Amino acid sequence: MRRSLPLGIFVPGTSVWHRIPAGPKLTGLLLVSIVVVALRGPWPAVAATGVALAVTAWARIPARTVWHGLRPFLIVLAILAAFQWWQRGWPVAVEVVATTMALVVAATTFTATTPMDELLDAIVRGLRPFRRLGVNPEKVALAFSLMIGAIPAIFDIAHETREAAKARGLDRSPRANLSPLAIRVVAHAYDTGSALHARGIGDE
Amino acid sequence: MTTIELDDVTVTAAGSDGDVVILRDVTARLTERRIALIGGNGSGKSTFARLLNGLVSPSSGTVTVDGLDVADDGPAVRRRVGFVFTQPAAQLVMPTVAEDVALSLRRSVPDKRERQSRTLEVLESFGLAHLAPNSVHSLSGGQQQLLALAGVLATGPSIVVADEPTTLLDLRNTVIVADRLFALEQQLVLVTHDLDLAARCDRALVVEAGRVVFDGPPDAAVEHYRRSVATP
Repeated sequence: MRRSLPLGIFVPGTSVWHRIPAGPKLTGLLLVSIVVVALRGPWPAVAATGVALAVTAWARIPARTVWHGLRPFLIVLAILAAFQWWQRGWPVAVEVVATTMALVVAATTFTATTPMDELLDAIVRGLRPFRRLGVNPEKVALAFSLMIGAIPAIFDIAHETREAAKARGLDRSPRANLSPLAIRVVAHAYDTGSALHARGIGDE
Repeated sequence: MTTIELDDVTVTAAGSDGDVVILRDVTARLTERRIALIGGNGSGKSTFARLLNGLVSPSSGTVTVDGLDVADDGPAVRRRVGFVFTQPAAQLVMPTVAEDVALSLRRSVPDKRERQSRTLEVLESFGLAHLAPNSVHSLSGGQQQLLALAGVLATGPSIVVADEPTTLLDLRNTVIVADRLFALEQQLVLVTHDLDLAARCDRALVVEAGRVVFDGPPDAAVEHYRRSVATP
């Protein structure tokens, strides 16, 4: 059973963030992400993280869900922080880590307040004008939703791979951790393709 | 009842020492309501099953479902033939239980409200409605397999092909999933190692080393398979 649930999981609720339609919310997330990435300096980035957490609380997303969303990223963030501190000093390290956290928290809030079905409809609606250019909105929407759905699945595979390496006493071996992870992620993508194929989804 | 026909079908795959034959010269006409495919690991029975909705293409020969060629009319065949995999988690592609069933309904039910209500109906019929908002990965193996079956049936197939759907389940979940499968109105092609399940079918094919070595009543097929396993 999955231990962490980062992104992709809708948490039913009645908050104002749940009531905003998926299209405007997705556009808003895109604009906010651009602004957050454009911010310079450690303190604006920390403030952006604070705002993202405040919005999450406003949307009444349980703290546990947010923590579960962030937890898998902590190792990556710690490595990123250490590297940036060493290379470019603590202000850049704080800026990079806080910016990443703000984006993850904002994305978690978005997926926690937006049912996937609504998100698919919003993407299909938004891309409809591009149909005459050869874009298939249903396929793009499906790819988008699969990408979000794949994130928790990949974290799960990483967890299982680590456990398997640990069981053989190879938990410190990058090869024992990374090679099976890469192979299993590709296998997961293949399985997902077969599952869609088997249901006739994406044939049109 | 639908008709599945395999005419002189061979399936090969590229191996390190040239092509490997996975299935050889298979000819069969499947019209019964419940059909079992039994055989050892690597015998070719899963490849046989995957041919039926185009997950695998024949290297030679033809596979047709109600006269539609699987190779030429893939999308139309897949609308008729639903497929349930061994590993339940691998076939659940959306984050939550309700969203996974809703995905199957997107093509046939374009209206969102109607789709939500149909999704709940489907989940209720499988006793999964109370789990609708839950993550698909928080379900037990049995619940995942039922959800996978629900997702497949929501597409409205006339044939369900199930590839060892109970192999990874405990006894209780095996009984629940098997009873669901055998209660289906659709034609069922069941790949299984569970000889009790095979015996409940109307016809059984034994596959060994890529060939159909027995085709007939399930009891006789099971007996044939037991004898061949017992023979060194």
